[in-house]
Amino acid sequence: MKRKKSKKAQSESGVSRRDFLRGAGVAVSGSILAGEGLLHATAESPGEVRGPGETKIVLRINGKAETLTLEPRVTLLDALRNHLDMTGAKRVCDRGTCGACTVMVDGKTAYACSMLAIEAEGRDITTIEGLVPEGKLTPVMQAFVDNDAQQCGFCTPGFVMAMTALMKRNPNPTPAEVDLALSGNLCRCGTYHGQKLAAMQVAKGVAREKIA
Amino acid sequence: MATTPCKYDWPAASDRKLIGKRISRIDGPAKASGRARYTYDTNPPGLLFGKIVRSPYAHVRITSIDISDAQKVPGVKAVRIIQNEGTEIQWEGDEIVGIAATSEEIAEDAARKVKIEYVHLPVFVADANLSAADQAARTKVTKDDQQGDVEKAFQDPDAVISEGFYGQPVICHCCLESHGTVVIFNDTPSVKVWQTTQAVSNNPGQYAEVLKVPASSVEVICQNMGGGFGSKFQVDRWGIECARLSHDAGGAPVKIMLERAAELQVAGTRPSLYGHIKVAAKKDGTLTAWQSESWGTGGVAGAGVPPLPYVFTGIPNQKIKYTAVSTNTGGARAWRAPNHPQSAVLTMGALDDLAARLNMDPIEFLTKNIELAPEPLRKYYLDELPIARQLSEWNKYWHPRGQGGSGPVKRGLGVSVHTWGGRGHNSTCNVTINADGSVEVALGSQDLGVGTRTVINIVAAETLGLPLEAVSVKLGDSRYPFSGASGGSTTVGGVSSSTRRGAVDARDALFEKVAPSLGVAADQLECANGRVQVKGNSAKSLTWKQACAKLGTKPIQVTGKNPGECNLSSSGVGGVQIADVSVDTETGIVKMNRMVAVQDCGLVIDLKTAESQVFGAMIMGITYSLFEEKIADAQTGKTLNANMEAYRLAGIGDIPDLVVHMMTGPGYDERGPVGLAEPPTVSPGAAISNAVANAIGVRVPTIPLTPDKVLAALNGNEKGATA
Repeated sequence: MKRKKSKKAQSESGVSRRDFLRGAGVAVSGSILAGEGLLHATAESPGEVRGPGETKIVLRINGKAETLTLEPRVTLLDALRNHLDMTGAKRVCDRGTCGACTVMVDGKTAYACSMLAIEAEGRDITTIEGLVPEGKLTPVMQAFVDNDAQQCGFCTPGFVMAMTALMKRNPNPTPAEVDLALSGNLCRCGTYHGQKLAAMQVAKGVAREKIA
Repeated sequence: MATTPCKYDWPAASDRKLIGKRISRIDGPAKASGRARYTYDTNPPGLLFGKIVRSPYAHVRITSIDISDAQKVPGVKAVRIIQNEGTEIQWEGDEIVGIAATSEEIAEDAARKVKIEYVHLPVFVADANLSAADQAARTKVTKDDQQGDVEKAFQDPDAVISEGFYGQPVICHCCLESHGTVVIFNDTPSVKVWQTTQAVSNNPGQYAEVLKVPASSVEVICQNMGGGFGSKFQVDRWGIECARLSHDAGGAPVKIMLERAAELQVAGTRPSLYGHIKVAAKKDGTLTAWQSESWGTGGVAGAGVPPLPYVFTGIPNQKIKYTAVSTNTGGARAWRAPNHPQSAVLTMGALDDLAARLNMDPIEFLTKNIELAPEPLRKYYLDELPIARQLSEWNKYWHPRGQGGSGPVKRGLGVSVHTWGGRGHNSTCNVTINADGSVEVALGSQDLGVGTRTVINIVAAETLGLPLEAVSVKLGDSRYPFSGASGGSTTVGGVSSSTRRGAVDARDALFEKVAPSLGVAADQLECANGRVQVKGNSAKSLTWKQACAKLGTKPIQVTGKNPGECNLSSSGVGGVQIADVSVDTETGIVKMNRMVAVQDCGLVIDLKTAESQVFGAMIMGITYSLFEEKIADAQTGKTLNANMEAYRLAGIGDIPDLVVHMMTGPGYDERGPVGLAEPPTVSPGAAISNAVANAIGVRVPTIPLTPDKVLAALNGNEKGATA
């Protein structure tokens, strides 16, 4: 454990989230972590302690098992981007505000920047790369293209994931439901108008089983 | 524009198959499917992660730097001191030490082991307070002019006068892809740079100069970029240091992308602008005098002089003073229409308050004074204002100021007009027609998300009579011919014009090769519907492939340039926006009901992406009008909201019904593509502020129109102009 190190860093220059997580160590017991919250789980179920050094982690991403060796403090987002070269999920705010890193964990949207890779063990992770083979588009993606719901495109994968998750649970949303479902994502170029149109295109024309 | 016909002229409206139509951006599928690669997504083998140790203080002198512990962290490959002992640091977040390590986490660990000591120097950040800035000796008067006699005009017994205070704070670009680079710098020498940049063709020379390598050894690549908005022209210090770290690490690739906090601290701001404005008009509404004392900051270097009065430059009597204020904050960069949005807030706000005093409909007031706007803008505004009036249902919803209804929620409408220069920048492209029929246009431009690739594709395909997918567009690499930086809304004008000239010349060269087999002179041929044919006679034709096969082993390769023969672009656009808001006078919350933009940009190449620019500009404008402010702590100068929770961008739920009307047809098309990205960003602040004043009867002096400010204005605690 490197608790001491963490305290020292805190006194020197404040404490970063990664540093905090690293210092806290990570206790893993089956796959209970993510749902319960890290600290809660640590306190309740000591289990096996892994880290703070590199450890082997197996993630199920887009239906495929990926074996990684990384420190427990590495976020799911950084594991995807820096270790697996899966760069569809973007790093923008890096703290759970903008939604550019949105993936699906067990079918529900999640901010990959705000979940440790080790927390995601045993879960079904879907990234935008897993929605459709390269060169093809899902109906949601096609609607983004048709309605120009993207400019620079950096926020787009996150929005596509959020809208895909919405359409899978509610294939015919109202405009207000679209606004709510996409409220966890931010765009700087200002593509919301196109996104609203895109959502309506999918809502009107696509059956639930064809969403993704 | 050319009055005599020229071979490069844009095709007549009746002949256009692609230009001016609604065409989906060609890189849309790659972006929507998450496959488009950005600088941030570039992971060459052996990649090292760079981190910058930044000053936590806004104004200090460095007294010592100790990097020895950082160097010892396992996995650290290079540590560089960027600014040495003795250096005066002028803003929080300035770069002091750079580190490259095998993982991002290790680089962060090492960054925390760098020991830097400072002595603190006086901090000044209170840019809204001119007298405080004067007392701190942080001011410099950079404009003090007058024309005519404002005092006489104000003393005219018939003059109706409005005085008020207006302004807006510093805001950030907040590009979603932060600034940054991936660099491989080895001893060949070779410098390969992936950079999120608005200036692919300009950057190599900047690297070469500082790194002391031949410019020919530098390649800069930017295939996709996550926003720029004016903040990504230069090679930044972190880019240079990224290269040096790569070199120090033996030529391994190094990636430095700014963390969000740094992005908001150091990677660019829009200057603030505040001002006391006094304006006068005759009782019939004719403007007679303008007096402004304004000031603002863009960081330590102050800020440029804003164009005041905005648009209505012909007001006969003017007295204008501007003071640049120096603050210990990260420096300003061009922010989408530099100085225009701020100047619109001051000018259109003051004119709106004066119209209210005159009991005039502001659209009628602006129209009455349109002769005070320069040519050729007057015509555009006179065309646009009635359209905006109709689309906003102005006659139904506008009311004299303060008559926004009897309930607690008041509705109001506000109008603003704006202008921008635009033009086509310098651009060079290579157009290649191969014997197999494939066509390529290559140029060292970049697509910020405005649809540059698509526009080039449309122009080339239109010129050659081909479908879009028959043309391959290559850009985003400095190895392609020079094309200008994407600034000032000059890219579409530039790349469209160079592509048009190149494609026409390539087409004509193909005609020369094909003419003998069709038995006519080359000038009797045309491209249409994927064929090369005798003009007006599709029976005497070859398919595109058959025609290109005549090239044998020698492809056609020509260069298209802008500027060049025939004027294909021009300068000067006008636009009008109307905001429709509801203001809850109990909570102070402003809700957008609708926003209308009527915009001119000369010839529209792609109507779909053009409209997107305007939708996006309005949304960006709603964001800065209601939410955005970079807040610096008065004591320490630290940015208090260097994150995306507190530096708030509008979400989808903040966006109302948006209406865009692009001006096209005679009077617009023949000016060629002029420029669009910037102008529609100008008016939202003024239009929304005016709408709020119309709703609640008092001016909220500064944007963003946050609830606290709205309530303060309603309670009479803010000194805005009233009518």
